[in-house]
Amino acid sequence: MIETRTYNGGEFDVAVIGAGHAGVEAALAASRMGLRTIMLTISLDGIVALSCNPNIGGTGKGHLVREIDALGGEMALNIDKSFIQSRMLNISKGPAVHSLRVQADKKTYHIEMKQIIENEENLTLRQAEVINIIIEDGRVTGVLTRTGAIYNSKAVVVATGTYLGGMVYIGEVSYQSGPDGMFPSLLLSESLKENGFKLRRMKTGTPARVHKDSIDYSVMEVQPGDDEIVPFSFLNMNKEFKVDQVPCYLTYTTEETHNIIRANLDRSPMFSGYIEGVGPRYCPSIEDKVVRFGDRDKHQVFIEPEGLTTKEMYVQGVSSSLPEEVQIQMYRKIKGLENVQFMRSAYAIEYDSIDPTILKRTLEHKNVKNLFFAGQINGSSGYEEAAAQGLIAGINASQNILGREPFILDRSEAYIGVLIDDLVTKGTDEPYRMMTSRAEYRLTLRQDNADLRLTKRGYEIGLVSEDRYRLTLEKEKSINDELQRLQKIILTPTEDNNKKLMELSSVPLKTAINLYELIRRPEITYDVTEVFDTQRPFLNKEIRLQVETHIKYEGYIKKQMQQIEQFKKLENKMIPEDIIYTNIRGLSNEAVQKLAKIQPDSIGQASRISGVSPADINVLLIHLEQRRRRENNGKNQ
Amino acid sequence: MSATIAAISTAVGESGIGIVRMSGRDSIEIGKSIFKGIRGKEVEASDNRKLVYGHIVDDDKIVDEVLVAFMMEPYTYTRENMVEIYCHGGIIPVKKTLELILSKGAKLAEPGEFTKRAFLNGRLDLTQAEAVIDIIKAKTEVSYDVSLNQLEGSLSREVESIRSILLQMIAHIEVSIDFPEDDIEEVTYEELVENGNLVLDRISKLLATSQRGKILRDGLNTVILGKPNVGKSSLLNAVLRENRAIVTDIPGTTRDVIEEYINIDGIPLKIMDTAGIRETEDLVEKIGVDRAKESLKNADLIIAIFDISRELSNEDYHIIDLIKDKKTVVLLNKTDLPNKYDENYFRDYFKEIEIIFTSMTEGVGIEELENSIRNMFYQGDVKLDSSMIINNLRHKNQLELAKINIESVLNDLNNMVPLDCLEVDLKNCWENLGEITGESITEDILDRIFKEFCIGK
Repeated sequence: MIETRTYNGGEFDVAVIGAGHAGVEAALAASRMGLRTIMLTISLDGIVALSCNPNIGGTGKGHLVREIDALGGEMALNIDKSFIQSRMLNISKGPAVHSLRVQADKKTYHIEMKQIIENEENLTLRQAEVINIIIEDGRVTGVLTRTGAIYNSKAVVVATGTYLGGMVYIGEVSYQSGPDGMFPSLLLSESLKENGFKLRRMKTGTPARVHKDSIDYSVMEVQPGDDEIVPFSFLNMNKEFKVDQVPCYLTYTTEETHNIIRANLDRSPMFSGYIEGVGPRYCPSIEDKVVRFGDRDKHQVFIEPEGLTTKEMYVQGVSSSLPEEVQIQMYRKIKGLENVQFMRSAYAIEYDSIDPTILKRTLEHKNVKNLFFAGQINGSSGYEEAAAQGLIAGINASQNILGREPFILDRSEAYIGVLIDDLVTKGTDEPYRMMTSRAEYRLTLRQDNADLRLTKRGYEIGLVSEDRYRLTLEKEKSINDELQRLQKIILTPTEDNNKKLMELSSVPLKTAINLYELIRRPEITYDVTEVFDTQRPFLNKEIRLQVETHIKYEGYIKKQMQQIEQFKKLENKMIPEDIIYTNIRGLSNEAVQKLAKIQPDSIGQASRISGVSPADINVLLIHLEQRRRRENNGKNQ
Repeated sequence: MSATIAAISTAVGESGIGIVRMSGRDSIEIGKSIFKGIRGKEVEASDNRKLVYGHIVDDDKIVDEVLVAFMMEPYTYTRENMVEIYCHGGIIPVKKTLELILSKGAKLAEPGEFTKRAFLNGRLDLTQAEAVIDIIKAKTEVSYDVSLNQLEGSLSREVESIRSILLQMIAHIEVSIDFPEDDIEEVTYEELVENGNLVLDRISKLLATSQRGKILRDGLNTVILGKPNVGKSSLLNAVLRENRAIVTDIPGTTRDVIEEYINIDGIPLKIMDTAGIRETEDLVEKIGVDRAKESLKNADLIIAIFDISRELSNEDYHIIDLIKDKKTVVLLNKTDLPNKYDENYFRDYFKEIEIIFTSMTEGVGIEELENSIRNMFYQGDVKLDSSMIINNLRHKNQLELAKINIESVLNDLNNMVPLDCLEVDLKNCWENLGEITGESITEDILDRIFKEFCIGK
């Protein structure tokens, strides 16, 4: 590397590398917790770029957005300002898996967030390429930019996304690049490797953007938004949203599409082996789908607007790394895209990531003090997953500097806890996506109660305002009051009551019951019982929903609470940091290796490491007790 | 205090007494619920750490005559509430007592768990901790080997196959939940009900074999009937000689009766009433018809012996009266002598009958009898080989839990409970069975989803 003259760019508490979804949440959290923060990005035009799909939310992901909101993050507020279509998915499948998913106007999303950042008091925004992270004596001290600035900082959050070592593939063509035509971050990769970090390649892909006017919508199925708009942020719950929603469209590939793909597979860098990075199974390229599910004669394709001020349309479902000419041919065999005009080609992108098992559950590096990692560099994928990690990394960087306790959410508290625990405990072989099935305690971790679960935690660390916290407490009280009130309203089997019940297609009463019990009946909702409840107080919809969910699913939720109690027991048995596993007699060799690598905080986390058996856990428990007693003896003497 | 655990803490096998031990939160309560002091005396606080005499009862049925020690924390081995029950030795009373305790909510103790608790609760000193680890390691390995041995073959295949149906159900639910907009067939309640019933059916069948497992442990209740000199003891001797069977004296719950075991191809026969096989005593006259009826009621197998060289006597007719309409093996003995009547004579009296001609003195028909017993034991709706018999209490417990969970799923399906709720019990059911085979959980679901469903936009 050519020696560059360096200069002192300034003193900061926290430096954040990258201004994507992870970087932004990290920077905002740190600055809002009162720390002088600088966010460095290769391009100010790339702030929270939605480089792939124009959606926020979805199953599992929507839950993350709500949790970020409850903790005082920005993502939910920002998407509420910029969505152009809104849908609640899974409404027929139970309250725990309702998932909010919206279409974003990409430009608006970017501009709104940029303004928030620019107006944030303790936050400096700077376009600059970081090429080195300065580490002295196992502790981070700052970052160096390509143009010679050294920003001294007590903590650094690395959130480089797909920029780090980015390499784009379109058929036989490949070149170094960040996402969507941005500059890549190449020198930082090199210096990380020189510093002894092991990097590995991951891969993801995106479909083409095509011109709105070149599409025949008449053969497609229209997908409108919901009539009733539910916002993401709990702060917006009782606001009116007047949005002219734009539709999406559903169409299908044809056999001809598949034939073109099959005939050109040898020109796909993935099948010819040029791409070494691992791609996500849940987000396969169209080549993958055609090869793996060869018996299907069609695959879904969604046409989605990228925004209100552009004619670019996103072609969801047809991401590809085939050569550009093949892409065009193949797209033109999709129903309704016969005359489609490409604006941006589909591509696959390969980038550098770390093995997240080198991180603590705070997302701090285990051996480098105050160095944090968040987002795709940790092997995750998705805007929401990135934002969630950014928030936690920003919070913990601040907690460290402020000399406070680490901020950790466990698997029973939040999807964020599941996400981070999975990454740092089990690692990941493919870009990790949040799914509701990854959460053991799904019934209690609902998107509708994220505020009740987490607002207090956000308040305790100073990210949630006094006002907001008070509102949540009031909401909680209203719910509990109403639950108690319903138990006191007794319904007797009078002719009038039974007639009303029959009208609600419900079985008449034989003995008296209270309203609480009546709402348990599958066909009865909270709202319809108003006919028996003349004194009912006015409650807004969120509260009515919480009351109804609580009553209807009480039995299942109780079961889950018992499981959580068991889980917490092991989770609260902490393992001291200076434990030396090789010195513990009775542990299997595999367990010693894995435990030394992962360095779990708690017995609970240790038990989730593959290769650590129940017998090993027993041995660990006994060792900890031995140790505790030795220490006690020491004190007594 | 921790959850209640229980185990047999004496070596399994023949010994004078067998001790069942309980430790944890509910142990005193469970102990009281199954113990009846002599003359209905209640257990009192003053009985702490004393031996109390009485019976272990299952509802009102006496399981065993015992001495029990109720011990309050912290002055116990584990420093938790403990109960120790001193049963009669031999496998049956001890196992029955343990099963009764488990049915009241205690969990079967893990290997070394009592000692582990003793240590964690500060009862043992540091030098003993190493020993605790050794115990846990050793016992874990042993029990692992044991269960592995048992799991080889068709039992583990069957459990795996049931789990595979459950996994399919879970994966289909999960993919419907997590990929609502993908082009996959959404899971239907009809499909879940159908598969759920299949799972329930197969778990029930496995559990039914635990009845056979119980017979393997406790013996097949066998009554041999016949008038004096008909050849009862010759039969016994012949079978014993033939199989070089182990004859054990097991003091039963009523001390004065000695039960005898003989063993045919691994199937233990418990000869129920020794009075009946004593040469000099006439069953019908001596113990009376009522007593005979009582022992026949509990019989898994009846062998009636008649002398074909003599005309049927009043005693024979008595016996025929007692056993007609019951599944019986009839032995027509003494074929070495001239026959006095036709075997078809018996067919009128018995619903199901198996007639075997024997000559004890010449060893004729013994093999046939053994085959017949074997067939009776192994036949049934399910054709199972012996390795599929649930003979392990831990496995049986897990199967029972799995059954409760799948029943609850089916009930929820019936009530149209939403997918995310009914999936809780479904996953539990899958995990219960996984405890038997020792398989892991979450990644399987995702692998299954990605393998079988074309998802991803």
